[in-house]
Order: sequence, then structure tokens, then C-alpha cells
Amino acid sequence: MSTITNPLSATSAAWTLPYRGKVGMACLIFAESAIFTIFVVAYLFYVGKSLTGPTPREVLETPIFYTICLLSSSLTIHLAGKLLERGQRGAFLLLWLSTIVLGALFLYGTGQEWHRLIYEHGLTISTNLFGTTYYSLVGLHASHVIAGLVMLTIVLLFGLAGRVGPEQSARVEVLSLYWHFVDVVWVVVFTVVYVLGR
Amino acid sequence: MSSDAIAIQTAEATGRPWVETLHEWVTTVDHKRLGVLYILYALVFLLIAGLEAMIIRIQLIRPHNDFVSPQVFNRMFTMHGTTMIFFVVMPVLFGFANYLVPLMIGARDMAFPRLNAFSFWLTALGGLLLYFSFLGGNGLYGAGTAPDVGWWAYAPLTSRAFSPGHSSDYWTIALLVSGFGSMGTAVNLVATIISMRCPGMSLGRMPLFAWLNLTMAGMVFLVIGPLTAAQLMLCVDRYLGGHFFDTQAGGSATLWMHFFWIFGHPEVYVLVIPAFAFLSEIVPVFSRKPIFGYPVMVGATICIGFVSMSVWAHHMFTIGMNSYANSFFAITSMVVGVPTGIKIFNWLGTMWGGRIIFKTPMLFCIGFLFQFLIAGLTGIMLATAPFNWQLSGSYFVVAHFHYVIVGSILFAIFGAFYYWYPKITGRRYNETLGKLHFWLFLIGFHLCFDLMHIPGLHGMPRRIYTYEPGRGWETLNLLVTIGAFVQGIAVLVFVANLIISYFKGAKAGNDPWDAWTLEWSVSSPPPAYNFAAVPTVASRRPLWDLKHPEDPDSRYE
Repeated sequence: MSTITNPLSATSAAWTLPYRGKVGMACLIFAESAIFTIFVVAYLFYVGKSLTGPTPREVLETPIFYTICLLSSSLTIHLAGKLLERGQRGAFLLLWLSTIVLGALFLYGTGQEWHRLIYEHGLTISTNLFGTTYYSLVGLHASHVIAGLVMLTIVLLFGLAGRVGPEQSARVEVLSLYWHFVDVVWVVVFTVVYVLGR
Repeated sequence: MSSDAIAIQTAEATGRPWVETLHEWVTTVDHKRLGVLYILYALVFLLIAGLEAMIIRIQLIRPHNDFVSPQVFNRMFTMHGTTMIFFVVMPVLFGFANYLVPLMIGARDMAFPRLNAFSFWLTALGGLLLYFSFLGGNGLYGAGTAPDVGWWAYAPLTSRAFSPGHSSDYWTIALLVSGFGSMGTAVNLVATIISMRCPGMSLGRMPLFAWLNLTMAGMVFLVIGPLTAAQLMLCVDRYLGGHFFDTQAGGSATLWMHFFWIFGHPEVYVLVIPAFAFLSEIVPVFSRKPIFGYPVMVGATICIGFVSMSVWAHHMFTIGMNSYANSFFAITSMVVGVPTGIKIFNWLGTMWGGRIIFKTPMLFCIGFLFQFLIAGLTGIMLATAPFNWQLSGSYFVVAHFHYVIVGSILFAIFGAFYYWYPKITGRRYNETLGKLHFWLFLIGFHLCFDLMHIPGLHGMPRRIYTYEPGRGWETLNLLVTIGAFVQGIAVLVFVANLIISYFKGAKAGNDPWDAWTLEWSVSSPPPAYNFAAVPTVASRRPLWDLKHPEDPDSRYE
């Protein structure tokens, strides 16, 4: 009684379902998008409503170089995944490493910008509404970059130990999805903060 | 095969020290054990939050009562609401989903068993944090203990100036932590339902239980996300001196209301859709008919999921939105009644012409149908903006949403407890005690919440710790309190039934209800691996096919 077998269903070999890792990551991205949406709405709602300075127009500088770094890291991680699928481990590791370097560069850029804003313009999270919304939104994104970099580094370490091969390709692909998400969020944050918000 | 496994398990269990058993439960990643943990955890909090409700009702039993101080009263209704939503109803629904979804779709576990355990322990930590506030909420300021800002915690009540100490922080962090837990479980449910179904279990053959929980999990992302974001902002305000909800620095208190209700209203549907799921399993089995209108049920559920995302501001008619916003939210709130009505008709259609068996689970489901209808009707009254202006913030609203949460959701949950109790414990519950629980609870419920509408219509505001005599509220409040106590006694009967039947109940066997879904094909309780061989299904009622090989459902699908 513990099994239900039907003689008609000999075709069950053809039964394939989506990879659970991918589905799980898609769900996480969905949930994260909801969180980011609320922060973006708050940012846009408060544009121009600060009672005191400094204003975004006065102090923000568009981080074009670091944006290019982050966006191109999406390309390198994509290619790295393709190479791993084909079993080219060396090239995979090289591209994986460059993804990490590009992500770290972006993070350095954010750090530098924050340093400048804090020490040159005296803008902190409690200065005015702009400070509150800016540091929260950019900080939320940066924390996702940090989480991504930690996971990428773990894969790199396993890779250097020779443990990452084509059989892990599907898992690496899941991480890659997350990284693409972080990049797409940056496109939104960039548009909101540096284009619309000024 | 599975009976051998059970024999081995019990032999092991008797010869083992309790520490080892405890260790096994704490470190478990088995979806059934985690489901049971969720349910037990929720039951503990049900008793705690029920006690808080009793304190509220004793305080309001007569005018100028001084059973508790105003400060304690504020803490009680805050903790009662927060606990009931986040640490009773959510965990109990997640518990049943965890336990039943893999069994129903023929899977051996959830997609991510360790994430499942992690999510449960996050939820558990959230509840502990909330209640630790009674001890730790004082902080260094000597002000307040438990949170007292109401379950929706409107700004500026939560700002440092009005909520010194740490009470609001415990509230925020508890919700944040348990929110992450909810998201983890939702991820798990979706991944399980999409990726772990047994061969032949196409989406169109899934039990409605799985469909409805899939919808619920999808909504959790869109619902808990905004709550998490709003709590993070509140943390920034309280810890880092941010100004999100600080009106003196240009921030907006209304924004918090929007963010909270973008979570808060769909949350009601997150809670009620699993209740629909219980009904969709129990009603057909006890009417001896397959569910009426399966595809329409699925469509209506998904429709509710979408429409309920755009109704939140009907909680905010009184803040002074423009007439377009008022009309929009009034219309969407009424529209959501349409798919809900479809579902009620489908359950009635299932019962129509069936041989209805009036066992306890079915009694609770029938109670649900009546009460959910009335809750929906008062809901439509409150969705009408001008009517809402009169009654927002009154006891009419309190009566309405308790009709939804107690009269509907809790009734369905009780039904689910009785229906799946034999599967989870392997024992039959005591039918007499079950019926006593039902009738006591039904009488207590109607005494309490039917009458509660009337002081609301007479202008009694919610959240007042006492009231003047001579306004025509006294007798009604007395009766409401008596009703609350009758419900309290009924819940004690329920808990007693669970405990007594666990030790004294008759053996249930695999399939005590002659039901049709896969969980009844395995032993009770199911073995750790669920299915010795992964089943293959050919219709929506695999057990019917097995029991009636001469006339299987698969012939008609």
C-alpha cells in the first residue's frame, strides 16, 4: 500500500522538472526585488524633500568607471559558467577571479564615494532625508555585493583546490543568477540615484 | 515494507535516553518533524496570546475597571496581535504545509531540507526575542517593557522620543528575523512544488492543497519583502538616526502606513489561502465527492493572489487620500470578493448532493463557510469609503477581522488539526471531545464576536483601556467577555483532546477517512523517507484509482 504504481506510466523516464536550485534562486530574487522596490519607492518619494543640505545635485558624482566594472563582471561570470560547462577549468578560474576583482573594484568605488561624502561634505545617514535614503539604498545594494563576493570567493577557493568541475556547473549557474540580479539592481539604483534623483 | 520501518523506529525509541531523542528533534531536517515543531511551537504561542486576549477582555468587562494599568493594556493588545499573526497562525500554516506538501506530491522531503530547519529556527528565535522583551525591554532607560505600539506600530509612536528603551526594537527585530524564516519556507515550498513532484503529478493533477500553498508562498515574497524593508528602515531610524518616518526632518508617517499595509493586507490572504487549502481537502472527503470546479478553484486562488496586492489602502481611508485613490481601493477591495465568492460556491457545489459525514473536521469547515461569508460581507461594508470613515478604528473593525481570523482561519485550522491528527500521530482523536470543542467554540465565538459589532456601531473605539458607564456598551462588553472565556475553555478542551488521544487514542491505520490523496497511502505516522518507492500518479485522486481499479479517475482526465 505504500506505493501507487500504474502500469500505464512506463513513460515516467521522460519525467523531468526544473532544477530546484534555479527555482529557489528565482524565488529569492523575487523576494529581494520586493525589498529593493520599497527602498527605491522611499528614495523617489523623498527626492527634494530634505529640509537641509547638502542636496544630491551639490555632492553626487556619477560613478561611471565603477559602474562599468560591475556591469562587465556580469559578462565575465557568464563566460566563466560557459567555460566550466565545457570543462575548461583554468580559463573558468581566471574569469571567475576577474569577476571577483571587478566586484571588489566596484565596492572600493562605493567606499571611496562614501568617504568623500562623509569627510568633504559632511553628509551622513542622519544629516537629512537625502542622506538617510541614499546610504540605505546604496548600502543595501553594497551589502548584496559583499554577500555575492563572499560566495564567489568560496567557489574560487574550492576551484583552486580543484574541487569545481563541469558536474558543479548547475550550482555555479545558480550563484551566477544571483550575481546578475545584483548587477540589474545596480542599473535601477544608478538610474534612480544618479539620473532621476538629481 | 513501511510497517517494518515503523517497528524498527519504535524499538529504537524505547531503548534510547531522552537527551538523544531531544537532540534528534533539535537537529532534524525531516520535513515532517519540522512541520510538527512548527505546529507545537504555534500551539504554545496560541495559549500565550489567548491568555493576553483574556487579560484584555477582563479589563473591558465593566466600565472603569482597573484590572490592569493602561500601559499594560497597551502591551497586551500589541503582543496579542503580533503573536497571533506572526507566531501562531503563520507557523501553524507553515507547519501543515511543511508536513503535507511533500507527502501530497509524492516527494521524499522538501527541496532544501537544511534551509527548512534554518527557517524554523529563525521563526522560533523571532518568537523568543519578542517575549524576551518582557525582561530585556527596559534597557538602560527604565521605560516600558514589552512593545506597546500596536501590531501595526504607526510612526511616530515608534520613534525614539515616544518609545524609549528597547521595546520597539524587540518588536522590529522579532518580525525581521521571523520574516526571513517565512521567506526561507516560502522559497522551499515553491521549489518543492515546482521541482519535486513525483512522476505523473502534473500541475493540473496536484491536490488543491499544493496549488493553494504555492500561491501562498508566491505571495509571501511580495508581502514579507515590504515588511522587511520597512523594518530595516525603522532600524535605521532608531539606531542610526535616520529620518524615514521622522516628520520633524521632512519624513512621512504616512509612508510607514503604506509600507505596513502593503504587507498587512495581503498578509490576510497569505493566512486565509492555506485555510482555503484545508477546506479544499476536507470538504470533498467528507462529502464523498471530488472537488467541484478544480480549474476554477485554481484560477480563483491566483486571482485572489493578484487582486489582494492592490487593496492595501482600504486600511487608510481616514488619512485623507484623494477621491481617486479612495475609489480605486474601494473598488479593488470589493472586486476581491468575487473570486472569494466563487470559492464558496465551489465548496457548496462539492457538498451539494454528496453524502455528508458530520465528523469534527467537517463541522469546523461548515462553520468556516457561514462565518467567512459574514466576514466577507462586513468586509465589503468596510470597503465602502464613506462607511469606513464612520467606523474605522472602532470595535466594528475589530469584530470584522476577528470574524476573518478566528471565525474563518482558526476554524479551518481546527478542522485541519482533527483531519490530519490520525496521520501525524497515528492515533484517532476523541470524537466526543472534538464535537464538544466545536460546539463550545462556536457558541463562544458567536457570543463574543457577533455582539462585538454592536458597541462598534455605537462608537466604541478600539484600543481604549476603559470606558465611561451609560453609553450602552456595558452589557455587550460583559457578554463579549463571557464569550471569550467560553472560547478559552473550548481551546483547553482541544488541547486536552490532543494530549489524551495521543496516549489513549485508537490506532488510526493508514487511511481512516477513506481519502484520496497520497499522504493517506503511507503508514501513520509516515516513515522518515515517506515513500518506499516513489509513486506514480495518473489522476487527481491517486488513491481512488488504487481502490477502484475498475473505474479510475484517470479514465476521465
